[in-house]
Amino acid sequence: MSEQTAVAAGSTGPTKYADPVARRALMAGVSAEPGSAKPDAILTVDHIIRNFGGMTAVHVDHLEVQRGIITALIGPNGAGKTTFFNLITGFDRPSSAKSGAHWSFNGRKLDKTSASSVALAGMVRTFQLTKSLNRMTVMDNMMLGARGQRGENLLTAMFKGTWGAQEKQIEAKAYDLLNRFSLYAKRNDYAGSLSGGQRKLLEMARALMSDPTMIMLDEPMAGVNPALTQSLLGHIQSLRDEGMTVLFVEHDMHVVRHISDWVVVMAEGRMVAEGPADTVMSNPAVIDAYLGAHHDTDLGDDSLLSDEAMEEISQEVAAEEAQRDEEQETK
Amino acid sequence: MSTLSESIPTPDAAQTGETQAGVYDPNDPEGPPPERRFLIAATIFVAYFVVVLLAAKYAPGTAGNIARGMLRESISAQTAAVAIAIIGLNIHFGYTGLLNMGQAGFMMLGAYGFSISIWHGLPMVVGILMGMLAAFVFALILGVPTLKLRGDYLAIVTISAAEILRYIGRLARLEDFSGAAQGIPGSQYREPFTNLSFFGDGTWDGGGWLPELQLTGVNGWWVRFVAWLLVAVCCLLVFLLVRSPWGRLLRGIREDEDAIRSLGKNVFAIKMQALIIGGLFGALGGMLYILPASMQPDAMGRSLTFFCWTALLLGGAATVFGPVMGAVLFFALRIFIQGTSNAVVPDSVMNTSQAAQFAWICVGVTLMLLVIFRPQGILGDKRELRFNV
Repeated sequence: MSEQTAVAAGSTGPTKYADPVARRALMAGVSAEPGSAKPDAILTVDHIIRNFGGMTAVHVDHLEVQRGIITALIGPNGAGKTTFFNLITGFDRPSSAKSGAHWSFNGRKLDKTSASSVALAGMVRTFQLTKSLNRMTVMDNMMLGARGQRGENLLTAMFKGTWGAQEKQIEAKAYDLLNRFSLYAKRNDYAGSLSGGQRKLLEMARALMSDPTMIMLDEPMAGVNPALTQSLLGHIQSLRDEGMTVLFVEHDMHVVRHISDWVVVMAEGRMVAEGPADTVMSNPAVIDAYLGAHHDTDLGDDSLLSDEAMEEISQEVAAEEAQRDEEQETK
Repeated sequence: MSTLSESIPTPDAAQTGETQAGVYDPNDPEGPPPERRFLIAATIFVAYFVVVLLAAKYAPGTAGNIARGMLRESISAQTAAVAIAIIGLNIHFGYTGLLNMGQAGFMMLGAYGFSISIWHGLPMVVGILMGMLAAFVFALILGVPTLKLRGDYLAIVTISAAEILRYIGRLARLEDFSGAAQGIPGSQYREPFTNLSFFGDGTWDGGGWLPELQLTGVNGWWVRFVAWLLVAVCCLLVFLLVRSPWGRLLRGIREDEDAIRSLGKNVFAIKMQALIIGGLFGALGGMLYILPASMQPDAMGRSLTFFCWTALLLGGAATVFGPVMGAVLFFALRIFIQGTSNAVVPDSVMNTSQAAQFAWICVGVTLMLLVIFRPQGILGDKRELRFNV
């Protein structure tokens, strides 16, 4: 399906990273350490810390995001994924802003730029809680995404002659994208009348109106039904195949395994592991921090309610605690 | 770019069709389309004028008096002046979502700039420019600290700033400069304007056919003509602005600032532009407001701001003609309530001055009822207000 949609959008066609083998070869040389160097990093983040009172929500020493592939950022609830997103897109300021927080995108320093300048640099994001503009039509939502509109200048806005032609071009582009995201029939409806999943699609399509270099999706699948998830995944993959860099936050491990080329795992504000999707899941640090030690146990299993099973678990827990105490003593 | 019809993948179409079924109800009453809604409202508006005119001309006794009062109020230059201020407020609140609770402050600055300049011997053009400049600077001073914060802060700052301005204008120390609490008599600044008149003294009565409109040299056809002409010009300006991508940006900011920011737009600059333009409209309204009357700071206090808000919500926020219709109906309605309650209720229960107060009480009740039961006003689009943001 991805090829089909790519053709429909009239884009430049598949790029070198459209081939899974090429992507695997590219990332094969990268070590699976947190903060490892990438062959061609589009986004480099250094020493970003964000404290809320006494709690450290995000503490990232170093992270690089490879250009042209899909990178997933996963982690349990409260791991700081969204806060990290907000920090690097200019919606929040790091607490370490004056003590060595640096991040650059596409060779451009972003340390002190506002959210709008980050977007203008080519890094466009979506939100976990969809920010569709509900009391405007789907089409108006789309048109707002386009960059460099002459009619948005107050001095020329009153004279349609100065922006009419450009408006037509933007309209054509918006129709194309709406078509690709199956929202064309809804173009004149108010965005508030769309379903949650359609709003996710609209937000993604709107972000694409600005021709971003990298798109950052904050939980694109949250609240979307399984059927629509499939098509969303297809869209994300086709974006990658056209040469866009994708960084997305997700909870659902199946989704991550299915489409991401590289996975970064966050827990308690830190990057705990990195690696290709299939191997990072078996990393003990990830299993411990993210899935929990008992991730294989089915909590809905009635056999667990027996006394023997409970005893077994409590023994396990006791053994673990003893081991932890030992470790601390040796330290 | 490929054609639009050929490439919808079938599974996608089926999926979206499935998801929309539960949410989108085609039988949902959405109200008539915008054009028809506007036609209906315009018809009611015209019918209102015809009825009031005929009643003013032919109705006997008290009914005729009330109708004449309503007609005078509906076409008065001060109503037009407030309409222009409301057009500015509509840019603030209706399109951009800025809670400006101090529109009377902008009006007062325009009025002061105009009247003080002429009173102190400057030409009228300079007076107009001074009024505009004062409102411009006021908008900048208010906007810089508050527009980066949440919307409520602007409301707090504007209402207090407008009051501060009024009290400064009342300072006895400044009596020689601003006229203090007594203000500046209209005769001190009106002349350059009335001298431009090409309607003579402006007391034409339609050859005796028109009902008594209490036209005088200062409240004649000339000032009314200029005021309503300016209302038309302002409506045209707003129409041209809000249909442009700039207007779209305003509405986007009203819906969700962060979303607009994430698309790479400078939200602060756009909000500032909107605040300034709406403030300039307010200043223009203020200048017209004092032309047929006198410059009195207390006439432009909080209550005038609240009249503007009530009239805006009555006519319909985020519409081009809503402010005009709202202003006319608001002031006429007040006269109607005042006159009727005066005529119907015996003096032992409610005397004439109490009837006037009762009319103002009704204004407050109207504002509440409007916000609760018809937030879109007469002309507004129900769909623009139905969804929770």
